[in-house]
Amino acid sequence: MTSKRKEELRLDHTVIGEMIEPGSMVLDMGCGNGDLLEYLVLNQNVRGSGVEISEEAIYKCVEKGLSVSHGDIDSGLKEYPDAFFDYVIFNQTMQQVHRPMEAMMEALRIGKKVIIGFPNFCHIKARMQIFFGGRVPVTPSLPYSWYDTPNLHFLSIKNFTDFCAEQGIIIEKKVFLSQKRIIKIFSNIFALNAVFQVSRR
Amino acid sequence: MTDKNREKKLEFVETKYYSAPGGRDFILENGAVLPEFRIAYETYGRLNSRKTNAVLICHALSGDAHAAGFHQGDKKPGWWDEMIGPGKAFDTKKYFVICSNVIGGCKGSSGPNSVNPSTKRPYGLSFPIISMKDMVNAQKELVDFLGVKKLLSVCGGSMGGMQALQWAVSYPEMVVSCIPIATAYKHSAQQIAFDEVGRQAIMADPAWNGGDYYGKEHPSAGLAVARMIGHITYMSNKSMEQKFGRMLKKKELGYEFSTEFEVEGYLRYRGDSFVKRFDANSYLYITKSMDYFDIQEGKKLYHAFKDVKAKFLVIAFSSDWLYPPSQSKEIVKALKMNGIDVTYCGISSDYGHDSFLLEFGEETKLIRHFLENVHRKLEK
Repeated sequence: MTSKRKEELRLDHTVIGEMIEPGSMVLDMGCGNGDLLEYLVLNQNVRGSGVEISEEAIYKCVEKGLSVSHGDIDSGLKEYPDAFFDYVIFNQTMQQVHRPMEAMMEALRIGKKVIIGFPNFCHIKARMQIFFGGRVPVTPSLPYSWYDTPNLHFLSIKNFTDFCAEQGIIIEKKVFLSQKRIIKIFSNIFALNAVFQVSRR
Repeated sequence: MTDKNREKKLEFVETKYYSAPGGRDFILENGAVLPEFRIAYETYGRLNSRKTNAVLICHALSGDAHAAGFHQGDKKPGWWDEMIGPGKAFDTKKYFVICSNVIGGCKGSSGPNSVNPSTKRPYGLSFPIISMKDMVNAQKELVDFLGVKKLLSVCGGSMGGMQALQWAVSYPEMVVSCIPIATAYKHSAQQIAFDEVGRQAIMADPAWNGGDYYGKEHPSAGLAVARMIGHITYMSNKSMEQKFGRMLKKKELGYEFSTEFEVEGYLRYRGDSFVKRFDANSYLYITKSMDYFDIQEGKKLYHAFKDVKAKFLVIAFSSDWLYPPSQSKEIVKALKMNGIDVTYCGISSDYGHDSFLLEFGEETKLIRHFLENVHRKLEK
């Protein structure tokens, strides 16, 4: 994740921080350089650990004093017993997982609650670019070209809501974000990013 | 004395010896008795007044107590000097670092080449079979003797990693953190197989003479072959290809059974230099202890780590096929299942198993910060 992108996501760190009960056990899947995890440790006093595929990012996390496992998300979830974590977080990573359905179900098994932050593919800019430009969109929350994107799956806020309904997943909290503020209305059009807290209950 | 000279002088270290007071016996895991046992060790840095900064380094198969610094008159430093010293990963300005020769070894601790007090002759094969637990229990006596109640960390690569794991399991209250590198929680069939070929090479050497060769010709040819096999397993195909390829020692092939390829020359050189510094019987005893090593002891791995309290940093190397990352990952998984705080990194390297003695930059990045963090929490 580039530093430019990191800046843009600061707001969702705050949003996620507010969702999490202080002192919880947290697993951050695809924790990158550990910025969110460090934020949660410092501000919410969580007992956190992360899973990350990039070796360089692992060094950054260890430098921050975080506990991280070098590996991919798809296999990283199977290593824990049921309801081991209070929260399992996928911030900007679910769209990069090979099998999102499987990952989601595993996350709901090992975590009492799952927090998912993802870029909204149906943001107005994306819609305009497809409709008028005739090209796959590049937006502040989806900044990659088709040939170098880490994203394997594209979804909108409505897609995710539908998915939860189909799978009997309960949406406990949801926050929609533009670049700098929280969006209250027409989120599927104006939100660049969405953060959901879900559970099986 | 100028600062530079003083610094230089400080680099000189010496091996010290611990003997059980009054020649007390050391009881081994299998019930055998080791009388008047001795441990060779070195320490670097100072133990702080609260005794919270001691780190134990465990060496691998062919290592010794001389992990860092220079012995007076030596041109080469200890085997992990790049990692241990002022400002290094194991910063001796902050930590009190201990390294001891394993029992069964041949570098000053009791081993098959030590004199048996009852016969006044070297033990040879009358030396009792030792286990990883025995090595660790012996180190525990040394650590007690040094006045250390808690080890800030126990760290080692390869067989050293097995000792580190054994420490965390045997003495959970004493081990604050554990850093097993390029290791396994038990030897696999393949690992046992390579060890057995090495042992057979030694025992097939007529000079071995049932282990009774002290004062006579040593089984150097056998030990050299064992070491050559070892070295093949310590490298990766890629590193061998890069280092030697099909390079020849002379301009062209001579079509004879001399060392023609560079790789042959390298292995022979490695074998020949090893026999000058290592005892063949120790090679048998130590490889056996590795083959016996199985932290599970019939339990599930998850249960074996049940009482572990240490925080873990587990390190493996991508091209290590002797102790592959998959074995380290199994350790990590079992630790996680117990809710143990663990960090794992599979360092990308082409050097094979040897990586743990070569990839200092990456190891330093991980170990320095991990230790600082553990130390900070302990001091709180």
